Amino acid sequence: MQLHDVWFVLIAVLWTGYFFLEGFDFGVGVLTKLLARDRREKRVLINTIGPVWDGNEVWLLTAGGATFAAFPEWYATLFSGFYLPLLLILVCLIIRGVAFEYRHKRDEERWQTNWEHAIFWTSLIPAFLWGVAFANIVRGVKIDEHMEYVGSLFDLLNVYSLLGGLVTLTLFTFHGTVFTALKTVGDIRDRSRALATRLGALTAVLALVFLIWTQASRGDGKSLIAMAVAVLALVGALGFNLAGREGWSFALSGITIAAAVAMLFLTLFPNVMPSSLNDAWNLTVTNASSSPYTLKIMTWCAGVATPLVLLYQGWTYWVFRKRIGTQHIADAH
Amino acid sequence: MDVALAPETLARWQFGITTVYHFLFVPLTISLAALTAGLQTAWVRSGKEKYLRATKFWGKLFLINIAMGVVTGIVQEFQFGMNWSDYSRFVGDIFGAPLAFEALIAFFFESTFIGLWIFGWDKLPKKIHLACMWMVSIGTILSAYFILAANSWMQHPVGYRINEQRGRAELTDFWLVLTQNTALTQFFHTITAAFLVGGAFMVGISAFHLARKKHIPVMRTSLRLGLVTLIIAGMGTAISGDLLGKVMFKQQPMKMAAAEALWDGEAPAPFSVFAYGDVEKGHNKVAIEIPGLLSFLANDDFTSFVPGINDVNKAEQEKFGPGDYRPNIPVAYWGFRWMIGFGMASLGVGVLGLWLTRKKFMLPPGLRTGEDEVPHLVLFKKALSPRFATWYWIVALWTMGFPLIANSWGWIFTEMGRQPWVVYGVLRTRDAVSPHVSQGEVLTSMIGFTLLYAVLAVIEVRLLVKYVKLGPPELTEADLNPPTKIGGDDKNSDRPMAFSY
Repeated sequence: MQLHDVWFVLIAVLWTGYFFLEGFDFGVGVLTKLLARDRREKRVLINTIGPVWDGNEVWLLTAGGATFAAFPEWYATLFSGFYLPLLLILVCLIIRGVAFEYRHKRDEERWQTNWEHAIFWTSLIPAFLWGVAFANIVRGVKIDEHMEYVGSLFDLLNVYSLLGGLVTLTLFTFHGTVFTALKTVGDIRDRSRALATRLGALTAVLALVFLIWTQASRGDGKSLIAMAVAVLALVGALGFNLAGREGWSFALSGITIAAAVAMLFLTLFPNVMPSSLNDAWNLTVTNASSSPYTLKIMTWCAGVATPLVLLYQGWTYWVFRKRIGTQHIADAH
Repeated sequence: MDVALAPETLARWQFGITTVYHFLFVPLTISLAALTAGLQTAWVRSGKEKYLRATKFWGKLFLINIAMGVVTGIVQEFQFGMNWSDYSRFVGDIFGAPLAFEALIAFFFESTFIGLWIFGWDKLPKKIHLACMWMVSIGTILSAYFILAANSWMQHPVGYRINEQRGRAELTDFWLVLTQNTALTQFFHTITAAFLVGGAFMVGISAFHLARKKHIPVMRTSLRLGLVTLIIAGMGTAISGDLLGKVMFKQQPMKMAAAEALWDGEAPAPFSVFAYGDVEKGHNKVAIEIPGLLSFLANDDFTSFVPGINDVNKAEQEKFGPGDYRPNIPVAYWGFRWMIGFGMASLGVGVLGLWLTRKKFMLPPGLRTGEDEVPHLVLFKKALSPRFATWYWIVALWTMGFPLIANSWGWIFTEMGRQPWVVYGVLRTRDAVSPHVSQGEVLTSMIGFTLLYAVLAVIEVRLLVKYVKLGPPELTEADLNPPTKIGGDDKNSDRPMAFSY
């Protein structure tokens, strides 16, 4: 295994970390309208991710930075090519971060409702768009012989990618309900479990269609295994949720996400961004990667830093391990 | 295509707007993280309540500020790829590494521990809670270091080779990229300038309350901390600025000649106080100068030769081929002056303030004040009249903005002074933009970010004003009895969270 292959795996790991963690953050954001009955419940929801959402989002920045360092051509083609969707994601993430921090800082009704709308929409839109983006990467887009994206915005909107968007949106929301069931106490916990069952069923249908489509059009043996893991884990998550085993259910919905990301990356390899115009113009782990020297330095850095990050981020979850309910939310600030 | 709306111009405007805006929050984040951690350390060590109230007050302002710093930073990570894809392709092998290091090492640190600090008041024993704030502070400083190493490489590329076959620059010595003198001096200069912002911020807000005789014990302490920070940082900025200037005279003579509107080389070269010139003809019409000073600033020698704009332009034409290698001279010239002027003015206000509010043995006995009294402002033997005292408080309040202006112009100067290069001597800015991103796309994104940032600025400033006016919070029973167990004490498990969104 050469270093650029290692980095292909590491980029997949970073995206997995991102979708696993910010996946339930997005889900919780969507649930503020889907599940919460009043403001106090909304606040219970956003406080389940309060201490961690910012650290979770750094997985995205790291995925971006690592792609820049390890596969500059991939970084350049992807972000200049998917310009407007990415712009929309960035705008959402900006508003979303500010919304979490500022919502409670004024007591005016309108101020708080506006930020609550913002939290919902800026969680929903990126959750959908990431699926669209990754489906397009896997499907292949119009890349010319100079590695430039030459398609338009509308080329990115096709049935396959829109289905991909729906899959990430429902999967993240499901992941969020399972997370909420694990992190809350009281009435909202019960309702979260009930919603998880319904959402999980919907997710399973959409995900199954999308994954089979992916497997049928560009899968191989390895991706089939990843797909099987994803599907089984999702079914397991649903089952454990029904049985009231919230920890297991959450772990398995996380594995669903990880296995789905793994499957997409397995169907890509050794490409990182296939061209739909000509196979010779594909961006691959070799023609898009950095020099061996840079990759070596990056490997050292990631090798030392990533375990540490997992350790102290894991510790954060342990510090905030207690469930929260409406009784933990103070009336005023 | 119309030059004013060419993608290159728009992409540069976007980068300028988003980066200068981002950097309004960055220096305050860096300095307030450390200052808040310092105040909290004082609380943990001394147990004096005024330190805890100060920690909570400045911590809250810090959080309002860092939220903006974090979200505007996300754009920075991606806009290289969006608007500058040819740049990303050409330099990614080198430039990407410090960016990835920054994310992996600094961003994770900063954002994970800030969550622990915000929500940790009733979840962590007080020493661990304090350690979290120091972790945030270390994260902000590490982040500055890596991104400045990356920027320094654009100012003065080292440790690389050009791979003709791949058509890109490749890293050969990462250690050199991290430790070249451009990176070290730039880091020193930027960090001290960041503390100038935080110091002035503290002085200004303390002055605001002291002038109204409110929250006196907390604000007295904060004023002193702010003043000392302002002075140390001010002197540090001056020293590091001089060092960085000398480095730049060697590495980018064009930038420094432009900063001085020195058209033709001279020995000895004068320092320009005011100049008004003709860029087309390449000379000044009006010039007020201090003889020999520029030679000293460049080479530590009052008589040495300093090359002028026209000389460097000719030298670069010989080296890189025909073309105009001059940056925008008025921007460089005035940017340089505004940077120094506003920076040093804040130092002046700090020195004056520390002298006026000196205590104990340096004061006549009748003018000494206690913990809960507004300090007298004493010029020599007598306190200033109320009118003059009010004036000092007002000046101190307005000085809050000075280091921000200085920081912004510093960046505008150093980035625009490097033009037409994006990587000095290696890659031109016009060759760095994304070739297939349309004018409409860049325009959408530039206008989108500008409008969004403008709205957020109004929201942010109004929130800051609200919480500044509110003053330090009263302490609760829970504040004074932090938990002893990680995760919070069991007996309190049904109590409302000390902090919740």
